[in-house]
Amino acid sequence: MEEALLRAVLFGTPILLASLGALLAERSGVVHLGVEGVMALSALAAFALALETSPLLGLLAGMGVGVLGGVALGVFAVTLRANQFVAGLSLAALGLGASGLLGKRYEGLPLANPLPEGGLALLALGLALLLHLLLYRTRFGLYLRSVGENPKAADLFGVNVEGVRYGALALGGGLIGLAGAYLSLAYRPSWTDGMTGGLGWVAIALVILAAWEPLRAVFGAYLFGLLFFLQFRLQGSVPIPSEAFATMPYLLVILVLALSGRTRAPKALGVPFERGR
Amino acid sequence: MGLPMLRLENITKRFGPVVANRGVSLEVQRGEVLALLGENGAGKTTLVSLLYGLYAPDEGRILLEGQEVVISSPRVAQRLGIALVPQHPELIEAHSVAENLALGLELPPFFSRRALLQRLQALLQDHPLGVDLKAPVHRLSAGEKQRVELLRALLSRPKVLILDEPTSVLTPKEAEDLFREVRRLKERGLAIFFISHKLDEVLGLADRIVVLRAGEKVGEVRREEADKDLLVRLMVGRGVAPPPKAPPPREEVVLEVEDLLVPRHGFPLQGVSFALRAGEVLGIAGVAGSGQKELLEALAGLRPYRGRVRFLGSPLPQDPARLFALGVAHIPEERSTGVVGGMSVAENLALRTYPRYARGGLLDYGRMEREAEDLMRRHRIQAPSPRTPLRTLSGGNVQKVILARELKEGPRLVLAMHPTYGVDVGAAEEVHGRLLDLVREGGAVLLVSEDLDEILALSHRVAALHRGRLVGPIPREEASRERLGRMMTEGRA
Amino acid sequence: MRLELDPAPSLGKVALAYAAFLLLALFLLALLFLAYGVSPWRAFAVFLSPLTDPLGLSEVARRAIPLLLIGAGLAFAFRVGFFNIGAEGQLLLGAVGGAYAALFLPPGPWTLFLMFLLGGLLGALWGGVAAWLKVRFGASEILTTLMQNYLAYYLVVYLVAGPWKGQLVFGFLYTDRFPPWAHLPRLGDTLVHWPTLLLGVGAALALQVLLFRTPLGFALRVLGENPAAARYLGLPVGRLLLWVGGVSGALAGLAGVGEVAGIHHRLLEPAQISLGYGFTAILAAWLARGRPLWVLLTAFLLGLVLAGGDALKLAFSMPFRVVDVVSGLFLLALIGAEALSRHRVIWRR
Repeated sequence: MEEALLRAVLFGTPILLASLGALLAERSGVVHLGVEGVMALSALAAFALALETSPLLGLLAGMGVGVLGGVALGVFAVTLRANQFVAGLSLAALGLGASGLLGKRYEGLPLANPLPEGGLALLALGLALLLHLLLYRTRFGLYLRSVGENPKAADLFGVNVEGVRYGALALGGGLIGLAGAYLSLAYRPSWTDGMTGGLGWVAIALVILAAWEPLRAVFGAYLFGLLFFLQFRLQGSVPIPSEAFATMPYLLVILVLALSGRTRAPKALGVPFERGR
Repeated sequence: MGLPMLRLENITKRFGPVVANRGVSLEVQRGEVLALLGENGAGKTTLVSLLYGLYAPDEGRILLEGQEVVISSPRVAQRLGIALVPQHPELIEAHSVAENLALGLELPPFFSRRALLQRLQALLQDHPLGVDLKAPVHRLSAGEKQRVELLRALLSRPKVLILDEPTSVLTPKEAEDLFREVRRLKERGLAIFFISHKLDEVLGLADRIVVLRAGEKVGEVRREEADKDLLVRLMVGRGVAPPPKAPPPREEVVLEVEDLLVPRHGFPLQGVSFALRAGEVLGIAGVAGSGQKELLEALAGLRPYRGRVRFLGSPLPQDPARLFALGVAHIPEERSTGVVGGMSVAENLALRTYPRYARGGLLDYGRMEREAEDLMRRHRIQAPSPRTPLRTLSGGNVQKVILARELKEGPRLVLAMHPTYGVDVGAAEEVHGRLLDLVREGGAVLLVSEDLDEILALSHRVAALHRGRLVGPIPREEASRERLGRMMTEGRA
Repeated sequence: MRLELDPAPSLGKVALAYAAFLLLALFLLALLFLAYGVSPWRAFAVFLSPLTDPLGLSEVARRAIPLLLIGAGLAFAFRVGFFNIGAEGQLLLGAVGGAYAALFLPPGPWTLFLMFLLGGLLGALWGGVAAWLKVRFGASEILTTLMQNYLAYYLVVYLVAGPWKGQLVFGFLYTDRFPPWAHLPRLGDTLVHWPTLLLGVGAALALQVLLFRTPLGFALRVLGENPAAARYLGLPVGRLLLWVGGVSGALAGLAGVGEVAGIHHRLLEPAQISLGYGFTAILAAWLARGRPLWVLLTAFLLGLVLAGGDALKLAFSMPFRVVDVVSGLFLLALIGAEALSRHRVIWRR
């Protein structure tokens, strides 16, 4: 039982981190559909640097790649006001592809000194709390929420809409990068192509389940964590094919989407801001 | 007099081939109210947008206290001491009043809610707000929202205040309160830009009046030298005749509404009853958000309701397509809802009747376009061809497309919401003319509008919605602006 | 610097924007090749090599077939505002349906017909589920179709490793070979199964006519351009969306049948049935700007990307993922150029 809870938390951690990152972007009005790809590329960067230098530098590299991914999305979704959904999906494909390509030489190598999972899990929990405070107790948080709800009003109030959105994407990207680094440095200290296994998409769905609140994302992430753990644990011990277990998280995502499909999202979500319109 | 507070020199702004402002020069002094008068589409809003950093001018310069300034964003405008109260309150509906006001302040990076509230209360001492700072903005009335907007603008201690059509969402009483406040601010030395297309307001408030027409400055008059006739001629380039009167209604009842109830956020639309006869216009006024939209959408089959509604003696179906076939036309609140921008003018004119053009399963575009050309001629829709994408048309022409489509089958009932909102005087006259043509032929019109003058000019009877309840209707002869205003705000006839 | 809307961009400016972004994409691609350790020039040459010989061209055509079918359906769906990202899963379901008809229904001259029928139906069901979830619960079809991809993936893995695993194959994860009735004819000794190709051409033509010449297409375009107007007019929005989900899913399903009946002649692991056709077809559809007919061109362009990816894999043992990189980069370049040409840049502060 205790083990189950611990594993649930440990497996829920990357989902939580990625979800917080996507949440931050979405609260500012930008949908980040690139999570899956950015996470994969961060995982690779973190692993590669950890192998060559130290795990801590690897962690930073992973976060750095996440930030870059967020900024890249910003160039298209914020500055150019292109279709956010298509931009995000392209980024996902690009990240998955590039990590598969560049990661080939790291496939199957062991990491001698992985980072502690527990410490990072605690860090993620703390970050959720910090994010809550950031959103509701700081100037940046107020600006960020305003920009996500009504960028036109925020712009008239003198808030730098583009700047705030870039900030949210960069910060959120850092969290997504951290999620990737957690996977390749702590959770399964190695690199394999496709190691994100759809967690990025789960994280995006979780944002909806959490109604765009960081603290609620914690519970959702651990729920998914528990499910992944059960899938792993019950395999073979019950007369149900393992593939059926493997589909459980994805089925749950669909269920979540159906149940919370009409939850109130930030009003300007997905809409590029065009001044004077 | 010294240096003017703000001075515009030869400002020109183009959008593609369209020139929104051409060589406009004007100035405003400290302690002066300068009215910018012009009909819809004259370039007033573009000029405001240039002043507030929403657009960059293509030519010309802006001087603040004699110094040339480049206003590249609203943020810069605020730093320079320019504040704007936009035409429609632009607030963050999900946030509290306090959070909305906080956006107008210089904030520390970290703050607690309590500290913010205390600071705001101190700042608002000489400008009583009259609403709970902790209330979410979406619960406020349009008038209250605008008050928040004004106070937010004042929190930044501006030198220049721009009021863009500030009374369009206000009741007559609220407008009076606003004018009093504006005079007070003027005495404190603010330079005030007052943008409007309403002559009475301009004559009552302004020290000087600049008139814009088709993007150009066509006149500048001192208050003492101005009168209505002169201003109208400057604004429109000709005199405007009042709309012709409709003949008295017939006996036949077209629409009968009894005890209508429409659930909605906040308070429901409740106990609404009225009858509408053939050849009659019933005008419905109300503070924005009092249930007008819900009433019209329910009758148009877009919202579930309870109660008895009969159209020509039989129950009204709740399906927009069937309603139109029965003879119920609907001019929607938002123009953008009534048309499809990427489709052609001909296709937009056929939105209601497209299945009729099918021949052997395929649409006969030749016929569709020929019929469109005919409608375009009759309704004076200005577009290069029926194949032109609708999105390239001006607001007035788009509204004429909607009207032409909705009226072409000779409907028995027209549900019209803000039919002339934001269109120029010429287009508005034509819209009114078409509606009255229909009334003469025995059609009935339910007219919802924010423009009291429009309601009083067209209607046989008038009513008001007050917090979801219908006040009236009363005969037009017994109604006045003031009485209608009371019906809207106090809920008594 | 700031961007303002430009309602009437000049042709030269549009061309410049596209050229700039395509060059940028090529440059980034070259960097990635360098990072992988091959010379960008050689990589580009290999990538384009399928264009130089008949065998290569047939490889391009073979890959264009599923892209054509799926892409036409997606161009159609995008036009109506239904973001079906799950063609991959719908294709797999189609393959499953086809395999069922081939393996378990009595064989005969009707087998191919039954395969396409069943595969198309299963694909339509898979697309329809997403549409239903959107209509009934407001669930974003982008995410549900993506999740359904994983479900379809595991279904195929389960089938080929479990109940449908072939009697005659030992270590491998695939079914027995289909009976000869279930094999599609091919052009000469290439892998171009031309009946599916014809089906794709027919689908693109039919959808083009449907969208732009029929009353149903008229209603669908209204819905895609302005959902609020569709409701205002009283169009049956839910039914239209189910229709679109079903049609785009069915076409992906047919593509799946084509792959197993025309090339593999058995159901095998998901990654071998589809070479990422689902995502690449999104690009084909986006390039076609919501015009199913244009997919006749874009499908072959993207077929070249897939064939080129294969050539890279053979020449430098590069992971096939390189195709995702190319698709992702070019899709980004495309929307970037499109967005930039809609605006004008004002450099003055």
